[in-house]
Formats: sequence, structure tokens, C-alpha cells
Amino acid sequence: MRPLYEVSGVSLDLAAPGRGLLRLLPGPAPRMTILSGISLAVGHGEMVGLVGESGSGKSTLARAMMGLAAITGGSLSFEGRPLRTAAEFRAMRRHAALMFQDPAGSLSPRRKVLAQLTEPFRINGVPMPGGEKTALAMLERVGLSASVARRYPHELSGGQARRVCVARALALEPKLVIADEPTAGLDVSVQAEILNLMTGLRRELGLSFLVITHNLAVVRHVTDRVAVLYLGRLAEWGPTREVFARPLHPYTRSLIAAEPQADPRKRRPDLALKGEIPSVLARPRGCEFHTRCPAARPRCAAEQPIERMITPQRMVRCHFAEENMETGGGNHGTALEH
Amino acid sequence: MSASLLSVENLSISYASEEGPVQALRNASLAAHAGEAIGIVGESGCGKSTLAAALITLLAPNAQVTSGRVALAGRDILSLPEEQKRRLRGRHIAMIFQDPMTSFNPVLTIGQQLVDFQREHVDLPRALLRQRAAGMLGRAGIADPVRCLDRYVHELSGGMRQRAAIAAALLMAPEVLVADEPTTALDVTMEAQIIHLMRELRRDHNGAIVIVTHHLGLVGELCDRVYVMYAGEVVEEGPVDDIYHRPRHPYTQALIACDPASIHEPTALLPTIGGRLPDLVNPPAGCSFADRCPKVQARCRSVAPPFVRVGLGHAARCHEAAP
Repeated sequence: MRPLYEVSGVSLDLAAPGRGLLRLLPGPAPRMTILSGISLAVGHGEMVGLVGESGSGKSTLARAMMGLAAITGGSLSFEGRPLRTAAEFRAMRRHAALMFQDPAGSLSPRRKVLAQLTEPFRINGVPMPGGEKTALAMLERVGLSASVARRYPHELSGGQARRVCVARALALEPKLVIADEPTAGLDVSVQAEILNLMTGLRRELGLSFLVITHNLAVVRHVTDRVAVLYLGRLAEWGPTREVFARPLHPYTRSLIAAEPQADPRKRRPDLALKGEIPSVLARPRGCEFHTRCPAARPRCAAEQPIERMITPQRMVRCHFAEENMETGGGNHGTALEH
Repeated sequence: MSASLLSVENLSISYASEEGPVQALRNASLAAHAGEAIGIVGESGCGKSTLAAALITLLAPNAQVTSGRVALAGRDILSLPEEQKRRLRGRHIAMIFQDPMTSFNPVLTIGQQLVDFQREHVDLPRALLRQRAAGMLGRAGIADPVRCLDRYVHELSGGMRQRAAIAAALLMAPEVLVADEPTTALDVTMEAQIIHLMRELRRDHNGAIVIVTHHLGLVGELCDRVYVMYAGEVVEEGPVDDIYHRPRHPYTQALIACDPASIHEPTALLPTIGGRLPDLVNPPAGCSFADRCPKVQARCRSVAPPFVRVGLGHAARCHEAAP
């Protein structure tokens, strides 16, 4: 069966900010690569995680998938149909919803919850069957009482605002929901409630989710497959359980190791990952990660690794993925010995 | 035990509201010794931010201290005149906020702010103050501190901003450093680096560090002792290992259980804490967690539970924990 949403070899680059007189030089303007050669897919009823540090291109990919940012290479398709024109994206958006990172910022402060829930119908020109009754049923589905409909966003708690966003995303009964940091800033118990809500909706309605987050603990529990993004390229992509049990890319391994442990007995004395993600304007040559990689070798600085399927389900973009497989991986993130 | 550097004794604080005073903090007590890092954990509305504000004497204008005190080296600091409080802040007690973007002035360079900040407290030539500022930025892990002095806060990445904020807080070598959600706005990798930095600083810093957070991982990585707060009360306190491995209060147990980081086997459905916080205008007569507690008994709703000692330095406010 074809996946619900397919991203094949997608690239996105922008004109680099011009500097002084250099802008006047003849020839093509310099470009900066934001995304490069990304291939992944979200299956029917599947929950896929997209992880990486700030600046890795997670949100840009989500925007490109929704047609809110124009891609410059590769292709996107939804239910087997290609997405190229604005009309094709618009038709797709009728069946896919984006949940923005900041619920308070994505709800209009001047309109009551009820008005915000009917908005998707109006924008898409879809008649709202049952009117207000439907809106109340939408609230009920996300575990909110009907009284919430009469409130303004500032009268809601963080968890309630997030639920309203989920309700609104589900308004047109989408097949795919792209959730950008769905639990950022929430208390742990509320975070668990929102995740359980998403898992429940997925079971009940067969919804697919793409969850963008830098919270690995969340990804580990709720997703089926995970894509690890570094500086606009996929480092690793495969079934969540396998990736966490045996990360094959040193970046994945370092990310997992960097996660703070809720157990004082497992404190890490050393740092798993030093430095910061480089700027897209100063993209390292060879493997982008070699400047921070605990296992980098001379080849890594010279030659860019290609995407390779290490097992039928797992893609790793590292010259030494097979060795990482043999050393057993393990999620303790120790530096590889050479 | 030696006298504590910082102590909070039976502190109660309420906020004026239309419905009546909201009792945000009720009889909270804690102590931090020199060289120690303590954690204050709890969820939104538990009173931890009110407590943090009281520690650096920056309570909101509508906050009223109804009982108790905050003492630094034995001296009550909440009742000091405003002028003396101002001299205390930054010099003796400093704070790191959640969002470093808002703790710096956007129209002044980092260097100008770090210099001005010192001039509040010491009278030294500007060049020397600038040098001290650069030195502190370097210690906070900023690779090119002199260049950083001439930057504006928007030119720094999130991790760099938080490092600069830590440098600003430590400039005057305060005895107490209060960090309110210092890593919440950061990536996992930056968070790990800030934790690492704070551990290093702790080694040379002979003061007390107070971490206020809802993030159990941060406390697990950094703190020696933990205070768990719920509905304005300290419901459990103890050494970090006891809190994570032998929690005695049902709220602490639930809080640890629903953190996905502490669940090893992948589970589709995560545990949650049903129900909601009690109304703090009329706090319950019995245990404030009774309505959400899986082990609730009749007496929990009518009799306030005692703060029972359950181990060495470990205590829980629960009837169940009482012998």
C-alpha cells in the first residue's frame, strides 16, 4: 500500500543574505541549503517522529509539507497524488492539519473558543453540519467541557489551550496531523494526557501523525518510526524501537545520550555532544556532523556520506554505519573506539 | 547540622484576587547549605515560582507575606527596606530566568550590561569591569568572550544567551544562585551542556544553588536534595536518590510515574494524574492531594496530614507515610 504522505528527495534552498558589495557581483546569487535530499513517508494510521536540534530544519520541513514553503527540489505526494501547484496543496490541506508550536500564539486572543473551532469550516468553504452542536462535540472529543466554548484563549490553562488546538486540527476530520512540538512547555502529567489523547484519536479514527519535537522520551513512547534531522539532512530514519535500541548514526547516539536522566544514579559525568549545530551559512564540508562527531575520521571531513539502507527498514547516512552496528550501538552513547 | 546559608521558615504568601486571597504558598520551609544544590519541583500552580520570587525578594506587588520568613545567613531578607533588598540582589543572591532573551536589554550590548551591572555594586574602572565580564563569559563556556561583549542578545543562540545569563548572575560571586527553569527553553544538547556547566561552576562556587523546575531530569542530574511542592505546600523533601527511588508521597510517585523519561519500556498509553489542583482561595482542610490520590482514605479529606520523617533527611506530608 502506498504511504499517505510521501516526501522524496526534497530540497529547499534560499538566497543567502547578501553582504555589502558582493551583491553586485555578476553570476548567480549564492544560495543556502535549508533542506537537502530528504525522503521519508507517513503511512496510514502511523505516527512518525521528526527529531533534531533547533536549526536542523524540522519546522521548515513541516511547512514545506503543508505547502507553506516552496521546495526547490524533489517531490511531495499525498495519497499517491503529486503536490505541485497551489491548488493541489489547497486540496491536500482539506485533509491535513498543522498544529503550531505555540498554542497561545495560534489562537486568536480576541475570539472565543467556539469561533475558533468553526474557522476551519469557513476557510475551506465546508458547510458545518449541526453548527454549534458539532463544535461542542469536537470539544468533548478532546476531553473539554462545553463551557470552554464560551471562553477566550487567555482564560484557558496551557493544557486546555493545547486541547483546543487539537480539536481545531481535527475539525475537518483530517487524515494527517502535523504536530509541531505538541507538548512543549506543558507539565509532565498534562503532557501525558495530550499524548494519550493523540494516541487514542489515532486508534479511533485511524489518523496519521507527524510529531516534530526535540523531546526524545516522547518520541520513544508514541511513534512508530523516527527521522533524525541534522542541518537539513536526514542522519537516520527507521523504526523507533530499533533506532533507540541501537542507534547507528553517531548523532542519534549522542542525542539519546544527551537526554537528562530522571534517575540520579545514571548521571553522566561527561558531555555527550559538544558545541552547537553549525549555521547553514557555514555548512561543514564532507559529513555535516563531523565537526562535532565523537567518532569522526579523516574521510568524514572530505567525503559526504550518502543515504544507505542498512537493513530493509533503516536508513543511515554515515560512512561507518556497519561498524556502528557491530559495536552494538547501545543507547549509552559512549564514543566509538578506533 | 551546620546553620544553613539560606532558609525559608514557615513561609506563607497569598495574592489578592476578586474571590479573596489566593494562598499560593502555605507554610513552606526549606534550607540550603553552602556548597549544596537543591531542587524545587512541582507542576504549574504549585507555588514554586512564588517561592523563587520570595528567595530573591522580588515578590509581585499584590503578594502578601502572611507568615514566616526567608533568611540569608540568619538575616531576615524579606522585611528589609527596598534599598537594602536591591543591594542584596545580584550581589548576594542572583537569579537565572527561564527565557534569557527577556533577561537582557535588547538595545544594549552584552558588555555594556555586564559592566553596568557591576557598577551597581563595586567602584572600579570600566576597563577592569569589562575584563572581569569577559573572564566570566569565558568561564561560562563562551568561546570568544571579548567579541561576545560587543554583541546584542538577539545575535546569540539560545544556548549562548543562557550562558551569558549565567555569567551575569555569577559576576558578583553571589552566595545563592536561584535558577528558574534554566533549561526549559533549550534543546536537549544545549540542556546537557548547561547542566554540565552548572556542575562545574558548583565545584568552584562555595554558595548554594537552588533549581526551580518542573523537569525531573534536570533535578536528577544536578541536585543533592529535592523539595516536591504541590498546591502551595512542600509535600516531600529528601536526598535526591530517596526521592527518585523511594518516593513516599503519592504525588511524588505519580509525578515520577508520568514522566516518559523514567519509563523504560515503550508504552503507548502513559500514566497521568487525573483531576485538578484544589482551589487555593479555600484550600482543603485535609490533604490537598486527596482528590487526586489513588490511596485516599476518609481521614485524608478531614485531617491535614503531618509532615512525617521517613528516613534520614527524608520527610513526606502524608498520613500513609506515618508509622
